Amino acid sequence: MSDTASEEVVDRFMRDLAREAEAGGYHLNPDWEFTRDLVRGLLANLERYGYISCPCRLASGDRDDDLDIICPCDYRDPDLADYGACYCALYVTADVEAGKRAADPVPERRPPPAERRRQKEERAAVPGTLKYPVWRCRVCGYLCARDEPPETCPICRVPRDRFERFM
Amino acid sequence: MAMQHVPGVDRGRVILYALSTCGWCARTKQLLTDLGVGFSYVYVDLLAGEERDRVIREVERWNPRLSFPTVVIDDAKVIVGFREDEIREAVGV
Repeated sequence: MSDTASEEVVDRFMRDLAREAEAGGYHLNPDWEFTRDLVRGLLANLERYGYISCPCRLASGDRDDDLDIICPCDYRDPDLADYGACYCALYVTADVEAGKRAADPVPERRPPPAERRRQKEERAAVPGTLKYPVWRCRVCGYLCARDEPPETCPICRVPRDRFERFM
Repeated sequence: MAMQHVPGVDRGRVILYALSTCGWCARTKQLLTDLGVGFSYVYVDLLAGEERDRVIREVERWNPRLSFPTVVIDDAKVIVGFREDEIREAVGV
């Protein structure tokens, strides 16, 4: 590959990603060789498009069209919850990282182009309704609106079972 | 020409649509290589212009989600993702 970043740049970027992940309650895939290749892919995309779009998805090069697949992608958290890994498997859940279970293969959750356009119009057209349930961390009060609470609270690091449905 | 050929045992027309940055695509390519199957592959992310559009339409015909890797065997069987068992079975090794 002509656009391969230097080993040093890859190492540094990977360390930064790992640190940020752990600080936020996420985990990089412990298969370091595999993860290194993904990080190389992220850097190749940074070079090509100006942003780290998912190495396992075809970016258009138009940032607005690619927003949902800029890492961490919109689909990471639901895929972690359902399969134990994100689509490209850069991120895995704690039990997968610890080797207690293997991640399942992750089918593509991103809708095809026509469906994405339709959803975008739909989102713009429906104001004022709750699209997601709101979850509250009972330890620190962190609120988030999404299908499921996070695996670990990004603020105080407590596990998912400390969350309650807030609204 | 965008399509690269890897020589090997003839198990039909095996085409791998892949991304050069994707770990699962790399594993799929490695698996086909290790199995000794003859196949062609193309890195869609490295294409540009009309050629890219043409190959994208080709992939969408088999896999409307346009996800990778997509393996097409004999213009009939389609395997989306690194499904090792399915790939082994489909190429009969």
